[in-house]
Amino acid sequence: MEKQKFEQWKGFKGDKWKESIDVSDFILSNFKEYRGDDKFLCGATEKTKKVWAKCNTLLKKESKLGLLDVELTTISGINTFAPGYIDKKNEVVVGLQTDQPLKRIVNLYGGLRTAEKALAAYGRELDPEIRRHFVEYRKTHNDGVFDVYTPEIRKARSAGLLTGLPDAYGRGRIIGDYRRVALYGIDVLIEEKKYDKETIQVRDEESIRLREEVSEQIRALGQIKEMAASYGFDISKPAQNSREAVQWLYFGYLASVKENNGAAMSLGRTATFLDIYFERDFKNGTLTEEEAQELVDQFVIKLRLVRHLRTPDYDEIFAGDPTWVTESIGGMVDDKKSLVTKNSFRYLQTLINLDASPEPNLTVLYSEKLPLNFRKFCAKISILTDSIQYEGDDVMRPLYGNDYAIACCVSAMKVGKQMQFFGARCNLAKSLLYSLNGGVDENSGVQVVDGISKNTEEVLSFDKVWKNYQKTLEKVAKTYVEAMNIIHYMHDKYAYEKGQMALLDTNVERLMAFGAAGFSVVADSLSAIKYAKVKPVRDERGIIVDFEVEGDFPKFGNDDDRVDQIGVDVVQFFFGCLKKQKTYRNAIHTLSLLTITSNVMYGKKTGSTPDGRKAGVAFAPGANPMHERDCSGALASLNSVAKIPYGCCCQDGISNTFSIVPDALGHSEGSRVSNLVDILDGYFVQDAQHLNVNVLNRELLIDAMNHPWKYPNLTIRVSGYAVNFNRLSKAHQKEVIARTFHCKK
Amino acid sequence: MIQGNIDSFETMGLVDGPGVRFVVFLQGCPIRCAYCHNPEMWNANLSKIKMTPAELVAKVLRFKTYYKNDGGITVSGGEPLMQAEFVKEVFKLCKQNNIHTCLDTSGQGDNYEELLDFCDLVILDVKELDKDKYLNLVGKDITKFTKFLNVCQKKNKKMWLRQVIVPNFNDSEESILKLKMFAKKLKNIEKIELLPYHTMAKEKYKKLGIKYRLENTPEMDKQRCQQLEKLLKD
Repeated sequence: MEKQKFEQWKGFKGDKWKESIDVSDFILSNFKEYRGDDKFLCGATEKTKKVWAKCNTLLKKESKLGLLDVELTTISGINTFAPGYIDKKNEVVVGLQTDQPLKRIVNLYGGLRTAEKALAAYGRELDPEIRRHFVEYRKTHNDGVFDVYTPEIRKARSAGLLTGLPDAYGRGRIIGDYRRVALYGIDVLIEEKKYDKETIQVRDEESIRLREEVSEQIRALGQIKEMAASYGFDISKPAQNSREAVQWLYFGYLASVKENNGAAMSLGRTATFLDIYFERDFKNGTLTEEEAQELVDQFVIKLRLVRHLRTPDYDEIFAGDPTWVTESIGGMVDDKKSLVTKNSFRYLQTLINLDASPEPNLTVLYSEKLPLNFRKFCAKISILTDSIQYEGDDVMRPLYGNDYAIACCVSAMKVGKQMQFFGARCNLAKSLLYSLNGGVDENSGVQVVDGISKNTEEVLSFDKVWKNYQKTLEKVAKTYVEAMNIIHYMHDKYAYEKGQMALLDTNVERLMAFGAAGFSVVADSLSAIKYAKVKPVRDERGIIVDFEVEGDFPKFGNDDDRVDQIGVDVVQFFFGCLKKQKTYRNAIHTLSLLTITSNVMYGKKTGSTPDGRKAGVAFAPGANPMHERDCSGALASLNSVAKIPYGCCCQDGISNTFSIVPDALGHSEGSRVSNLVDILDGYFVQDAQHLNVNVLNRELLIDAMNHPWKYPNLTIRVSGYAVNFNRLSKAHQKEVIARTFHCKK
Repeated sequence: MIQGNIDSFETMGLVDGPGVRFVVFLQGCPIRCAYCHNPEMWNANLSKIKMTPAELVAKVLRFKTYYKNDGGITVSGGEPLMQAEFVKEVFKLCKQNNIHTCLDTSGQGDNYEELLDFCDLVILDVKELDKDKYLNLVGKDITKFTKFLNVCQKKNKKMWLRQVIVPNFNDSEESILKLKMFAKKLKNIEKIELLPYHTMAKEKYKKLGIKYRLENTPEMDKQRCQQLEKLLKD
């Protein structure tokens, strides 16, 4: 683009970002690192308190009903709803998904059946006229996928080998660079996209598709502008002050959650960007600290109200109605300077001003090189609220640069330059059982994977099992990649996220994110086969349905290389299998060890395993050691997880959730804070990627399960996200309670 | 090579000394405190984990990234002084690797002079100051405790003092002020910690078939204990 000049940019330094869309350059040229403590922070203003009180009343009502309201006469779209307010005169940031707070949107582009099922669960019905459109006149993403799915994929899905695939609703995990709306205004963004479109030569299918997509993006930008205008704001030009910057940015995000219902609709990395506007206004004397905090608090209130319409099946996988409005905070510029600003503190302060909350999913990009005052503040807020997750900046920055953000739980991507094809996960433990049972499902007896020989040994031998497991994983990987290619082809075709894609570079890089569940079950199972004596128990069908384990064996989570290395070998091998398969749009393969709360469902669908785990018992979440098997103390457990390689293998994230009882963390508040900082430092310096921290007692959770009304805001980290404990099902609550709580002797 | 007789490890000890600590619980104890919460470690002949000093320190080093400025190893038990030679070797190796060393003891032992030369911090459990009450509580004479304290003082060892506070036994303000006066006469005391008595060990006693002497004593109120700790401050 030609060098732009706007009066709204007065006082901002740097040139590169004026010549092309480059938010990162704008940040680096203008942000002011803050190394001080938290004393400057303010409480909630009267306005904020009033708005939040209204929300709380609605939230209570919603939690009783499960769902407050649904818009039934209009379906999803950037500008299809009338403006809505909570308490207009006290709102300093405006905009809701629909015309009423917490009223959910019906999105049919992903799939009609899923939406209808969700409505039916709450006793609602789709407007017959709208329904007719999606039955008679157009196709959905879900229709497309099922037209193409192979018998192998269908069998893998229904057996629980591949689960949680985004084939009936939005895929999510795309982060629009919402900051662009504030920095450039919509008109510049439209001009840029028009320019891009003209440079795309029509050569092949890909270029035709891209030209059509960019046209859609341009249309979407126009709709975002109109939507903002319906709230009385003209966002065609750059934001000229703090309030506008927050508002413009939020309109960009709001458009994405009006249009899409992806599992994870993350925000990106906005705190330090906005801090630049706040600092400019402080300098001009047009903003006070109270007002700055008020803007942040009210922005966060809006983010806490984001909702999507979900089915009961969905809730079984992702419990507690999460939306993953993930915001990445902190991180380093380079080895010396951090991106921590006062606004990084303000975002975390919302957990005090507005009480603990699972959303937005506040994620600290952690490094032991972050200013000590900030690390201490994070630890303090973690101890008070259990609402923060930590991710290792030192392992992610070399791969993604210093302007990346986390989508969902642990998935890093360069903001505005990369997007993800979300791929849920595959069940590694079930794959192991298939490798023993000749590809036959241990529960249904159905042949799910072909061409695998049956194990007939009295006592399982490691070499034989490992060989057959490798063969099985090869086949599972092939089916998995095929499913993903189909899903994302169809998603692009029938449910394209034009509003979000408009805020990404036209030539965006695509990551295809595969996932694996049952990591520690497999590591322990193979360790048992190798170091103990494992005898399979076969039923009358000849299917192995249980195992007798004689003797002890090393278990994952005790910093014991004998078993930890087995786990590493499994994921490395599986990732190699995935990489052999070609991906749709040449997406880059990535892999995560993350289950979210699906570890409960995966366990339910998986038979007994050689590690002694019985059929139906929940897996550990993410990369966690199995419950109570990490018995050498918390740090041994952390060390085991830290061995799983991130960069060359699990580049989409390695989720670890850790609970410690307050008394074990230290005798005084001060020592608890400094001890937690030391633990985080010591863990992440070993190139670990993720840690959820809960500081609470098991007794408290048991009490909360039995007397939920006593703990309306009890928030806990589960696996890559936080939930309100009361909104988990009993099965999920029990699984969380069964996890290892690190306590003192 | 000498081997240690170890009950267990805690890789994330955050309450036994400064910072993040690797805590080693050694098997065997010469005293029998009424409120002891690790009775499974009494028997010195019971062998759970055997390790040489080098093996143990290799394990300790796996957690070096967490120790930062003030963390390190704490040897507890049981009574670590029962294996003074082993502890000395462990501490010596730790010091060679620049790891902070801490001894958590009742002072009831012998032959610790050399060990103390490699020890950065002594956490001394001041069970009771009155010698008759001490005997009753601990089942052993107070003499060895007093001697150990004197050696530490002579060697200028940094010390933390600890006392378990038991309701109706030593939870009076008078008792705490006595402890304060006692500490005032000592040098290098960095901290005094009052630990509220808890009854979590009752189950262990039942399993081991040992009679629990404080059957009718309630848990110490944590907040009350914190209030008492304030008395020690000014």
